[in-house]
Amino acid sequence: MLQYKGWEGFVPGKWCNDEVDVRDFIQRNYTPYEGDASFLAPATEATKKLWDIICDLSKKEREAGGVLNADTKIVSTLTSHAAGYLDKDLEKIVGLQTDEPFKRSLQPFGGIRMSEGALEMYGYKLDEGVKEIFTKYRKTHNEGVFDVYTPEMRAARSAHILTGLPDAYGRGRIVGDYRRVALYGVDYLIRKKEEDKLGMSGDMTPDKVRDREEVAEQIKALKALKEMAALYGCDISQPATTAQEAIQALYFGYLAAVKDQNGAAMSIGRNTTFLDIYIQRDLDKGLITEEQAQEFIDHFIMKLRIVKFMRTKEYNELFSGDPTWVTESIGGMGTDGRSLVTKTAFRVLHTLDNLGPAPEPNLTVLWSKNLPTAFKRYCAEISIRTSSIQYESDDLMRPEMGDDYCIACCVSCMRVGKDMQFFGARANLAKCLLYAINGGKDEIMKDKKTGKPMQVSPEFMPVIGDGALDYKDIVAKYENMMKWLADLYVNTLNLIHYMHDKYSYEALELALHDTKVGRFFATGIAGLSCAADSLSAIKYAKVYPIRNEDGIVVDFRIEGDFPKYGNDDDRADEIAVWVLKTFMKYVKSHYTYRNSIPTTSILTITSNVVYGKKTGNTPDGRRAGTPLAPGANPMHGRDSNGALASLKSVAKLPYDYSRDGISNTFSITPESLGKED
Amino acid sequence: MVGHIHSFESFGTVDGPGVRYVVFLQGCPLRCKYCHNPDTWSAGGEERTAESVATQALRYKNYFGDKGGVTVTGGEPLLQIDFVIELFTLLKAKGVHTCVDTSGITFQADKPEILEKHKKLLEVTDLFLLDIKHIDDKACKELTGQSNAHTLAFAKFLSDNGKKMWIRQVLVPNITDDDESLQRTRAFIDTLEMVEKVEVLPYHTMGIVKYEKLGLEYPLADVKAPTKERVLNAKRILIG
Repeated sequence: MLQYKGWEGFVPGKWCNDEVDVRDFIQRNYTPYEGDASFLAPATEATKKLWDIICDLSKKEREAGGVLNADTKIVSTLTSHAAGYLDKDLEKIVGLQTDEPFKRSLQPFGGIRMSEGALEMYGYKLDEGVKEIFTKYRKTHNEGVFDVYTPEMRAARSAHILTGLPDAYGRGRIVGDYRRVALYGVDYLIRKKEEDKLGMSGDMTPDKVRDREEVAEQIKALKALKEMAALYGCDISQPATTAQEAIQALYFGYLAAVKDQNGAAMSIGRNTTFLDIYIQRDLDKGLITEEQAQEFIDHFIMKLRIVKFMRTKEYNELFSGDPTWVTESIGGMGTDGRSLVTKTAFRVLHTLDNLGPAPEPNLTVLWSKNLPTAFKRYCAEISIRTSSIQYESDDLMRPEMGDDYCIACCVSCMRVGKDMQFFGARANLAKCLLYAINGGKDEIMKDKKTGKPMQVSPEFMPVIGDGALDYKDIVAKYENMMKWLADLYVNTLNLIHYMHDKYSYEALELALHDTKVGRFFATGIAGLSCAADSLSAIKYAKVYPIRNEDGIVVDFRIEGDFPKYGNDDDRADEIAVWVLKTFMKYVKSHYTYRNSIPTTSILTITSNVVYGKKTGNTPDGRRAGTPLAPGANPMHGRDSNGALASLKSVAKLPYDYSRDGISNTFSITPESLGKED
Repeated sequence: MVGHIHSFESFGTVDGPGVRYVVFLQGCPLRCKYCHNPDTWSAGGEERTAESVATQALRYKNYFGDKGGVTVTGGEPLLQIDFVIELFTLLKAKGVHTCVDTSGITFQADKPEILEKHKKLLEVTDLFLLDIKHIDDKACKELTGQSNAHTLAFAKFLSDNGKKMWIRQVLVPNITDDDESLQRTRAFIDTLEMVEKVEVLPYHTMGIVKYEKLGLEYPLADVKAPTKERVLNAKRILIG
C-alpha cells in the first residue's frame, strides 16, 4: 500500500521511498505510444468559448497599444492577488497572474526603474508609495549591480560589445520541476527541504549562511504556493489524485514562478510523459474520456499562452516582440532505448489545431532518429500547417544530459530540477574584431567629454597604416581582444548574478530543485558568422582599411573573393570553429560565480538585428547597422550551395564548446521539399 | 578529368528521387526560350576535377537515405560526357544513386565514338531525366534552336538498353500545352519501355531576373505561368 491516495495504482520504486525523484516515477509508470494521431479529440464547446474570450482580449490589447491593463500598486507575490478567471464555470484549469486576465503585474525586484519606465510607456503611473519603498527602503537587483559595476563594465555595456545583460530585469532561464508539486504535494516537498536545511551545519561560513537562508526562503515560498492554490479553492498539500488535479498542481507551480519572477525566459520543463501517466490512469479507470483529457490539456496550454509581463519597449525591441519563452520540451528517447513519446505528446501538439497556431508556449520536440515514425509524421504535419514547432537534437543532448532534461528559453538544456543556470546574454564577437583593429576604440561611440572615439578596452596596439590587413597580425590582435572581452564579460556576469541572488532570488523555482543544484554559467556569442567571414576575407582576399578623420578604421575596401561560412567550405568554417574555441578558452580560464560550469550558446534568434545596429562596417563587406546573422546562421545570402551545405557548416561547430546550445534559423517552403507525388 | 562547373545545390529535392546533391555543369547548345538558367549557357565555369566533386558530394551521403543520390544537370551536362562518366564511376564505386538530367542532344547513333561514350555512360547511370522540349520538330527548332531528332533517338536508345528514365515536359502556354502536341508526345512515350515517371513542369517566370542581370532580352516576356487547369489537362493527357 502506497503512502498516499494520489499514488494508488502506480508502480512503486525509489521515487516513493522518502526521495524526490520524478524521473524514476516516470520510468516505472509511463506508457510509450507508437500509434498515430487518429485518437485525438477536437476542442469542446467550453474550450471554444474560452478561446474566444482570449481572442477578444488579445484584440483589445493590440488596439490599446500592447498593454490592456497593468497593476501600478500591488507588488506581485504568490498571494498578492485574489483569484482571477476567464470564465470560472468553464475553466478546467484555473489561475491567472493577477485578479484579471490580461492585467500585467508589478514586479519591481529586478529594478524599480524598469517597472516605472514600462508603466509610463503605456500610459500608467507607478504608485508613489511603491516607488518610495523600492528606492528608499528596499534595494533592487538593478541598484545592486550598478553600485558595483566598474567604469570599464559600464563602457562595454553602453558601447554594446556586451549586450542584453540581465542587470535591470529578471535573469530567467531557471526551470522549476513543477511536476514535483503534482507528484508529491507541497507538504512532502517542505519536509524534504527542512531536512536539507537541518543538514547544513558546521562552520557558518558566508557560503553556508547564504545556503541556509536560501533554503529558508524556499520553504516560505512553498508555503505561499499552498496559500496561492487555496485562493482558488484548491488544496495542493497532498499528491494529486486525478489527471485534472495533476495538471492543475503542475500549473500552480508554474504560475507561482511567473508571479514571483519576470524572467527573460520562463520555461516550463518537460511534462508530457509525466502528465500522461495521470491521464492514462484516469482513462483506464473510466473516470474521463479522451474529450475530457484533451480539454484539460487545451485549458492548460491556453493559460500558458496568456502569460504576460510588463516590459519596456526597448526590451521588446531587443527580443522582437514580447516573448515569454514558455518552452515545453516534448518527446525524446529514454536512455533505455524506449521512446518517451506518449499520447499526451500528441495532445499537446494537437492544441495547435484546437486553438490555432501560436508562438507560446514554445513547443519543442526533442528529436531523435529513433522516435516512432507516426509521431515524426505528426510533427511534420503540424509543422507544415502551423510553423509552430521548434526542434532540437535529443541524440546530441541525451548522452550529456540523460533523459530527463528540458530546454530553457530556446536552446539551453538542463536536467529538470537538478540544474539551473546563470543567464549571461551575449558578447558581440563581430564588434570585438573591430576593437582588435582599432585598439579597443569604439567605431561608433564618442567619449562624451572629449568628443573623441570612446576607448572601451585598455589601449591595445591598433592596426597601423593603410595597407592590406595582415591575417596573422589581425588574428593575434583579435585573440588578445577576445581575452580582454572574456575577462570583462565573466566578471560582469559574476557580479550581476551575485546581486540577483541577493535581491531577486528565485525562491519558488529553486524550491522545486534539488538543494544541491548544478549551476551553469551561460555565456553567449553574437556575430560568429560575421567574424568568421571577416577573418576569411582578410586571409583569402585583400582587405584595405578606410579611416575617418579621427584615424578610426570605419570601413574596408575588399579586393577579390573569399570563402564564406555556410557553404561547407572548411577554409571558412574552420575559422568559425577557431573563434568559438578561442573565446571559450578564455571564458573557462576565470572564476565563475558559485563555481558554476562555464558554457556558451550561439543562439541570438531575434536580437541579432539590434546587435547589428550597434556594429560598424565589418571586413566581410557587411554594412554598418545591418543585422548580424541569427544564432550560428551564415550571413544572409552568403550560403550559395543549398540548405545541407549551410547546415553542415553550422554542424561543424563543436557542441562540447557550446554546451548551452547552437541555433540555426531555417525557413523553407513546402514546395522546395519536393513534389507532392 | 576536369569539369566546368556552374554551381552546386546540396539539398536538391526536385531533380530525381529523394534528397539529391545536384551538380550544375556549365555550357549548353540549346537556347530554349523558357530557360530559367541562361547563366549556364556559355562556356566557362569553375574548373574542378571529377575526384574533387565526388569527394564533395560524398560528404552528403548520410542525407541521401534509400532513394537520394547525385544528379548532374546544367546547362547540358552531356556536353561534358567524359567528366560525367568519370564522376559517376567514382560515385557508383561508393554505392551512390546517379542521375543525369539531359535533353539528349549530344546523342548520335551513327557516330561510333559518340555511341560508345553514351553506352559507357549508361553503365554508371541509374536514372535519366529526359527533357522532351517539343514533339514537333519544327516547333522544337523554333523553341530551342535545335532539332528534336537526337532527343527522341536517345529516348529510344535508353529504352532499347533497358535504362530507367523519367520523361519531363515543360508546360509553356501556347507553345507546348496544346492537346495535339501533348497527345503526340504521349503516343511517343507509349512506344518506350522503362519510363518510370512522366513529369509535367509548369513554366515559371523566376528566370527573368537572370536575363536582366545578363543583359539579355527575355523571349517569353508576355507569357504567363500556366493555370492549374492547363497543368491538370497536360497531366491527364501525358500520364492519365
